[in-house]
Amino acid sequence: MSLLKPGHRGCAGCCDALAGKFMLDALGEDVIVVSPTGCLEVFTTPYPESAWGVPWVHSLFENAAAVASGVEAALKALGKKNNTKVVAIGGDGATLDIGLQAISGAFERGHDITYICVDNEAYMNTGIQRSGATPLYASTTTSPAGKVSIGNPQHKKNMPAIMAAHGSPYVATASIAYAPDMMKKVKKAAQVKGPTYVHVHAPCCTGWKFEGSKTIEVGRLAVETAMWPLYEMENGEITGVRKIKNRKPVEEYLKVQGRFKHLFGKEDKTEDIKKIQAIADWNAKHFGLE
Amino acid sequence: MKLVIKTVVKPGSTRANKTGAWRSFMPVFDHKLCSKCGICAIYCPEGIVNKLENGYFEPDYEYCKGCGICANECPKKAIVMVLEGK
Amino acid sequence: MRKNMVVVEGSYAVAHAVKVCRPNVISAYPITPQTHIVEDLAQFVADGDMNCEYMNVESEFSAISALIGASAAGARTYSSTTSQGLALMHEVLFNASGMRLPIVMTVVNRALSAPINIWNDQQDSISQRDTGWIQLYAEDVQESADMTPQIYKLAEDEDVLLPAMSCMDGFILSHVYEPVILLEQSLTDEFLPAYNPEFVLDPKNPMSFGAFADPSTYTEFRYKQEKAMGVALKKIEEIANEFKDIYGRYYGGLIDGYVLDDAQIVIIAMGSIIGTIKDTIDELRKEGESVGLLKVRSFRPFPTEAIRKSLKNARVIITLDKNISIGKNEGALCTEIKACLYNTDNRVPVIGFMLGHGGRDIPIHMIKKIINKAKLVEKGIFVESEFADLREDLA
Repeated sequence: MSLLKPGHRGCAGCCDALAGKFMLDALGEDVIVVSPTGCLEVFTTPYPESAWGVPWVHSLFENAAAVASGVEAALKALGKKNNTKVVAIGGDGATLDIGLQAISGAFERGHDITYICVDNEAYMNTGIQRSGATPLYASTTTSPAGKVSIGNPQHKKNMPAIMAAHGSPYVATASIAYAPDMMKKVKKAAQVKGPTYVHVHAPCCTGWKFEGSKTIEVGRLAVETAMWPLYEMENGEITGVRKIKNRKPVEEYLKVQGRFKHLFGKEDKTEDIKKIQAIADWNAKHFGLE
Repeated sequence: MKLVIKTVVKPGSTRANKTGAWRSFMPVFDHKLCSKCGICAIYCPEGIVNKLENGYFEPDYEYCKGCGICANECPKKAIVMVLEGK
Repeated sequence: MRKNMVVVEGSYAVAHAVKVCRPNVISAYPITPQTHIVEDLAQFVADGDMNCEYMNVESEFSAISALIGASAAGARTYSSTTSQGLALMHEVLFNASGMRLPIVMTVVNRALSAPINIWNDQQDSISQRDTGWIQLYAEDVQESADMTPQIYKLAEDEDVLLPAMSCMDGFILSHVYEPVILLEQSLTDEFLPAYNPEFVLDPKNPMSFGAFADPSTYTEFRYKQEKAMGVALKKIEEIANEFKDIYGRYYGGLIDGYVLDDAQIVIIAMGSIIGTIKDTIDELRKEGESVGLLKVRSFRPFPTEAIRKSLKNARVIITLDKNISIGKNEGALCTEIKACLYNTDNRVPVIGFMLGHGGRDIPIHMIKKIINKAKLVEKGIFVESEFADLREDLA
């Protein structure tokens, strides 16, 4: 049985639950997990129950990285660090918006922690609001598509690049749709000494509006269209890339999600879809995916 | 239930909550078609698809939410979602 | 006794006191006027005099957040802050108390922005009085140092387990040079045992900290925090007496009185202003005035019973507040003293004076002026609450 126990309140087909499960399965029992507020934290710990089979602490929304820093410092001070891994796992909002200061400080101080960002591309726990990780033109409740709006007008914040710029020895992107790859990267990140970062793509059926059974399928399409490049960076250099055979056009990925359905309505949005295609093209070129 | 201070909670205690009651559709596993690849077990968000002694897989229906990921991902189409009777 | 005294900066005396309490994790962020404390601690660490992890964090929010993680992992923790830093921590203070983590912090009291001002008043810590933290206020440098091991012992008591702030007036106590006795390591080791909590983050015995509690369970957490404050009321007295037995010094428990028992005019105050009031009372007593002082040492938990018992002979009560609740035209001590006496037979007039905001000096003649106003009450002139030191030319 997994170290993330069943009975939790995650949606049927939940991406966060899968991310949590893969992380624990990759790392085993000798971990201390820190979570910020978010879906994963809320649905795993309704008092008096907890789904976590490992020591776990939740404080606030924006301070997971700071709390993890403190846990790591305490283990060192008490002589209890041994092989215990201190891992923070939190959502995109908590990590790259409100938690950006804390993770920047933690990485600059060089704590031996691993931070896993479960990126479902919006503030899901509060009802699908736009975050800094929401991709171009996605419709959320605070960046809705409408008569004069095409959805989120901003580009996705490039968090892996930011963490690499902090001098992190290991930064990787992963996807819950590629479980063995994700687990390998999480394991490696935990083994590398110093602050390491894994950014995990997590398609959310409730927020992106597709059927729960398609969670893995949607995740695969994101990778196959180069919308979500899978790569590793060690000491700032790209050292590992998952290449794509027969890259698919982004429409195949966008079409299956309700949050992009306004791009496929009566009005012709070809020019806008081209802008999204440009992102995929840039990824393919920059990371050498083909 | 005595309140434990620090909001400290025992591990794995969500198992008291049987989420099987959530589903409308249930996955039916056909072992004749199964290639024992284990993908169903890997991608179950509840972690409740268990490997049997004979190498085949079976979900724990007490917790299965009926999400259908296992059926969608099975390379052999060995899992079918069936509307659960009353 | 004088032989053991050294003249040091107040911040140094406190940093030294923290050192002998043997914290495991310290988080530090600069903000005037507490910075000298964390600088002194950094030097101790750099010289190998302290065996702890010292984290230079990127904001006070992270300073206290890091201590949440460290305390949950079983470490004895320390930080120091003031004013804007404490305000920035506001959210985390509630969190620390709700999670029952005995984090200890020195708050070097300073005024809050806007307008920005680095000098002393007590608005910062008073504004946090609802967060579930223990609050003790020190009268002088020696007490600030002495308070440190006492407050660790109190916070870490298994029947208390609440975070605690030790308050000392900024600049007045932090930057002054006074003769003090630095706390002895051997006595402190005897007085303060190692921190050994029942629940910690430990892979060998996994537990989940910080679950979410819906309406069916939330209230009882608050109730238990309140009960723990009730235990703290007793423990503060006990611990102050234990400290006296081992170190030979006593500054009061929950409260302390100065020629209080027969006093008809009683001044109630907290913090460094106590010293000025004592000098004022000495002068007035020579002139035959019946005036006395009630020092409130513990503001949270609020010592209702102790205060009620101590005011038997008072005919007029003056409260001095270095803070203001804007919109109530009163400081917190005034409001809480009135509330404390309301349901008793001892409903003498209480008049409140707010003063010293933003570090404005409080000389003896100002205290005398205030006492003269108290005498007017007997003539029927009663102003419930006012600014004592308003500048007419600016107002």
